[in-house]
Amino acid sequence: MELPSGLKYSREHEWVRVEGNIAVIGITDFAQSELGDVVYVELPEGGTEVEANNTFGVVESVKAVSDLFAPVSGVVVEANTTLEDQPELVNSEPYEDGWMIRVEMKDESELSDLLEADSYRAYVEEESG
Amino acid sequence: MTNADQELRRTSLYETHKAAGAKMVPFAGYEMPVQYTGVIDEHNAVREAAGLFDVSHMGEFEARGKEAGAFIHKMVTNNVRRLDVGGVLYAAMCREAGGIVDDLTVYRLEEERYMAVVNAANIEKDWEWMASHHAEDCAFENVSEETGLLALQGPRAEPVLAKLIPGGGDLEAIPYYGARYKDVAGCEVLVSRTGYTGEDGFELYCKSADAPALWDALISEGGSEGLKPCGLGARDTLRTEMKYALYGNDIDESTHPLEAGLGWVVRYKAGDFIGREKLLALKAEGIKRKLVGFEMVDRGIPRHGAPILIEGEEAGEVTSGTMSPSLGKAIGIGYVPAANADVGAALEIDIRGKARRAQIVKTPFYRKS
Repeated sequence: MELPSGLKYSREHEWVRVEGNIAVIGITDFAQSELGDVVYVELPEGGTEVEANNTFGVVESVKAVSDLFAPVSGVVVEANTTLEDQPELVNSEPYEDGWMIRVEMKDESELSDLLEADSYRAYVEEESG
Repeated sequence: MTNADQELRRTSLYETHKAAGAKMVPFAGYEMPVQYTGVIDEHNAVREAAGLFDVSHMGEFEARGKEAGAFIHKMVTNNVRRLDVGGVLYAAMCREAGGIVDDLTVYRLEEERYMAVVNAANIEKDWEWMASHHAEDCAFENVSEETGLLALQGPRAEPVLAKLIPGGGDLEAIPYYGARYKDVAGCEVLVSRTGYTGEDGFELYCKSADAPALWDALISEGGSEGLKPCGLGARDTLRTEMKYALYGNDIDESTHPLEAGLGWVVRYKAGDFIGREKLLALKAEGIKRKLVGFEMVDRGIPRHGAPILIEGEEAGEVTSGTMSPSLGKAIGIGYVPAANADVGAALEIDIRGKARRAQIVKTPFYRKS
């Protein structure tokens, strides 16, 4: 399981890369591996408000539909529309070209609720028993 | 561990699947592999080369004796009387009111010996239903536990299997929907040219204790032909592309064979079977709704249970849907009013509260090029 340090991780298996007041959000290597082949991603349009711990979109594998949960609150400034035609990037490059949305954060203090790579790894290992 | 986990049953191949790194999920009361390397990879292996599935969870009942043929004939909609030894047919089994108890295949193994192969989730229900009708002069036995079943599917299935039979087994002499006993890798196997994928291939019935050795032999001989172990995920995408019905999704006791597109396995003239009167009446009345296949026009994947809309009004329900790996399109199956069931007709599918355009298409969705 690849878990780059320097990213923040949510208990819903999203990651956040902080770039100033922008949060770049995607799903973790663990999440994509659990899902299997991703065949469909539905993301909000630019300008949509998202709220921490609420759903912002959907990711679907061949078999399953999973909600995407926003790790932080704010306004979507960009969604990764490349995923419309190449959803498999979520599997192959979850932390790079498989990113999902860029959010202008409303409250950067929400970041402190997220986990560092080490604690996220421990959380996943405990959860998957 | 919850109670539900403890009750899950395992096939004789459970350890083989675990060792091969399969992802196991609960299915029809069994712990079964949903995938090994990935659903799309396995799907493509079956379309282009070959795939091997463990379907030992399916149920097998044997009827033996003078009245065995008449008994099975009475239980199912297709004409069991026309089966020769070594013949196989597909059929529905109905209640008197026409509802589908199960869909199944029937084998005539010997003059007076038949086998019915039923869905895993329905083994107990089917057994009770059939046993309650069974004739005096016929032994009827549930042999599901001691029977293993592997599905070897794909254009390279025949050469792979031939390698494991002394002299090659003369497999080309087995017709579609025909079955013969062969010695495969030292095991006695009923080799049946049938399947649930739309590809050529075989279903291999063996003793469940022999299944792991048979599996290993096929995997090791088949690797050079591109054979891959496959899970239930690929089995579902393959059958959906063919619009083969899945019991519990597309058909159940609230549906009858005529609306489900299974009229071709209902043989009224062949004599009496349970449900015949009702199906004749339904046919005379005209079919009210039909199971159709559709492709999405807008983005989104239709899933089981999603409402089908016609001109904004709810008119039916999606029974199966997936992203089709072979077509690269989202496809679905569902019931619509017969008046709106023509190829080309526009539908909308309510996916997460949003109406998305779809269009009825010819099925099977997938055709070999």
